[in-house]
Amino acid sequence: MSLLRYESQVRPALVEGDKDYHQVTEDICRPVEARPSKLWWIGFIISVLFLAFGILSVTVEVIYGTGQWNLNKTIGWGWDITNFVWWVGIGHAGTLISAILLLFRQGWRTGVNRAAEAMTIFAVMCAGQFPIWHMGRVWNAFFVLPYPNTRGPLWVNFNSPLLWDVFAISTYFTVSLLFWYSGLLPDLATLRDRAKKKWRKAFYGVAAFGWTGSTKHWQRHEALSLVLAGLSTPLVLSVHTIVSFDFATSVVPGWHTTIFPPYFVAGAIFSGFAMVQTLLVVTRKVLGLEEYITIEHINVMNKVIVLTGSIVGIAYLTELFMAWYSAVDYENFAFFENRLNLNSPYGWSYWIMMGCNVLSPQIFWFKKMRTNLVVTFFMSILVNIGMWFERFVIIVTSVYRDYLPSAWSTYYTPTIWEVGFYMGTFGLFFTCYFLFSKFFPVIAIAEIKHILKRSGDNYKEKMDVVEKEDTIVFAEKQAHDH
Amino acid sequence: MAVQKFITGNFYDEAVLFPAVKKVRRGGYKIHEVFTPFPIHGLDKAMGLRDTSLHTAGFIYAITGTATAVGFITWALTVDWQINFGGKPFFALPAWIPITFELTVLFAAVGMVLTFCYLCQLAPFVRKDHFNLRSTDDTFVLVLECTDKTNDAEAMSFLQSIGGQDVQVQYKETGWWLGRYDKDTKRFERKAEAAH
Repeated sequence: MSLLRYESQVRPALVEGDKDYHQVTEDICRPVEARPSKLWWIGFIISVLFLAFGILSVTVEVIYGTGQWNLNKTIGWGWDITNFVWWVGIGHAGTLISAILLLFRQGWRTGVNRAAEAMTIFAVMCAGQFPIWHMGRVWNAFFVLPYPNTRGPLWVNFNSPLLWDVFAISTYFTVSLLFWYSGLLPDLATLRDRAKKKWRKAFYGVAAFGWTGSTKHWQRHEALSLVLAGLSTPLVLSVHTIVSFDFATSVVPGWHTTIFPPYFVAGAIFSGFAMVQTLLVVTRKVLGLEEYITIEHINVMNKVIVLTGSIVGIAYLTELFMAWYSAVDYENFAFFENRLNLNSPYGWSYWIMMGCNVLSPQIFWFKKMRTNLVVTFFMSILVNIGMWFERFVIIVTSVYRDYLPSAWSTYYTPTIWEVGFYMGTFGLFFTCYFLFSKFFPVIAIAEIKHILKRSGDNYKEKMDVVEKEDTIVFAEKQAHDH
Repeated sequence: MAVQKFITGNFYDEAVLFPAVKKVRRGGYKIHEVFTPFPIHGLDKAMGLRDTSLHTAGFIYAITGTATAVGFITWALTVDWQINFGGKPFFALPAWIPITFELTVLFAAVGMVLTFCYLCQLAPFVRKDHFNLRSTDDTFVLVLECTDKTNDAEAMSFLQSIGGQDVQVQYKETGWWLGRYDKDTKRFERKAEAAH
């Protein structure tokens, strides 16, 4: 049977080392079942401290109002919405890896999809904080939902991109969560059946929903995964498209462009893959999973980074061209004076964006760079800095000089509570990620086993014999076997 | 649901499992279930299971979502409370596409997952009997159903002859129960029968 799932020798093995099914279970469950290392505790405590500072910052903002932030007359959206778009964008890589690559039958996704999906969920949780707390009177946040109220009922404005965002982000979060958890069920059952301690039996017993691994259940599970992937694929594209509509449907020079939806989606995948790299380069080392998250995985993801980075670069140039070609004074001013001109107040941010997003990823044209872990880690941080500045550039440089030059003198810098809020979402994100990596298998165990006989190292070696065999003889032998 | 008698055999290679499943069916035995640690493509066909209709259910949920979104927004903005946004038509269908799409996806995803959980009888705190704890690790467990007419010894040696290892008779609960694994308080267990 294994011969039928034959894969060319040209492709490098996705699972390295001589593994059988049991070894896979052992390797991936080991970090979950072992006591957390000192490194884990240090990272976890730092994350919790960040989270605590974030909670303090938000508390101050809720008590004293959004005046605690340095938003001013022309800059109604500053760090908060920048951070919102940044986190949502990061979330997109998880869905791309788990859904789009599933539809494209990319076997390499199995090594990284579980961690990437978890990252999506945590990133969307972080993103959601910003518009919610930006509301100021957060106790009225439920006003964004269309519920029968005593004010008429007065319905929400279904024609508004900001409301589309509410639906897009909440749907995205829900669907990602369902996709992630339904995929986790078999692996939680594996942990449950291995558990020796009482609390583990109880915890994974509840979490695994009574999964048994029956063939009928697997059949339904496969169908469910495929349809959820099919739904998530347009969903992930729609989410960042809708986020870009928040800007593109306005008439503010710098925002009012039709290129935004594809440009935002490419940027989202770009920054998301960078965040996946940041996490996985560390995770594979700390949890000893180098044989599952291989250099080949890192290599492939770096290829995606150079591709999407270049798409983003073309989008930047297209924007400049369109501003010039439109011959509208305001458009020209927004792009060539407020952004491109290094001597303008925020010119520096545009050039940080250009350097980090467009120029630096070009080193990934070289395989030596793509397979170098230090370079990859450094670049993944750089890309995320660049992508943060992209959103900052789009938001702040478009609004800090409006049509009334007397309002121009105000230079926007964030207060400690704005920075603290951002730091707090890092705390939230990493606290969740640390807990996830401790209590859940960071690699999809069942999916790795599924590709093991096709793409595993030891099985590939056995295939060497078949590789040299005559095709006709091989086919006849297969026909006789069945 | 009750405790029943089964004969189980372990397999460690798909190449042995597939012919075994076919031989069991040809031999006239009834397969209760095959438990595997990961999805094996084609095993459902080999066992003679029909395709799942979960996709169809998903489609129905999806169009329910579409209809809900279009219907509700149309009613709210054209009938219940008309608001003039810059002279645009009340029935502004293009502007509703994003929310319509999101609700379509949301209904389909949530509906399908709930249906999946219902069909497979999965929920938090639900417990089911396992024939072999290694079946979520590296073992494929083929389970034969025993009736009054089954000759146990014959069935066991048959299962052995087609490659089954550690063949044994097991009495197991076929339904689910709530509780804990370490405290075996099965809901449907009939003590007398289980004591066999």
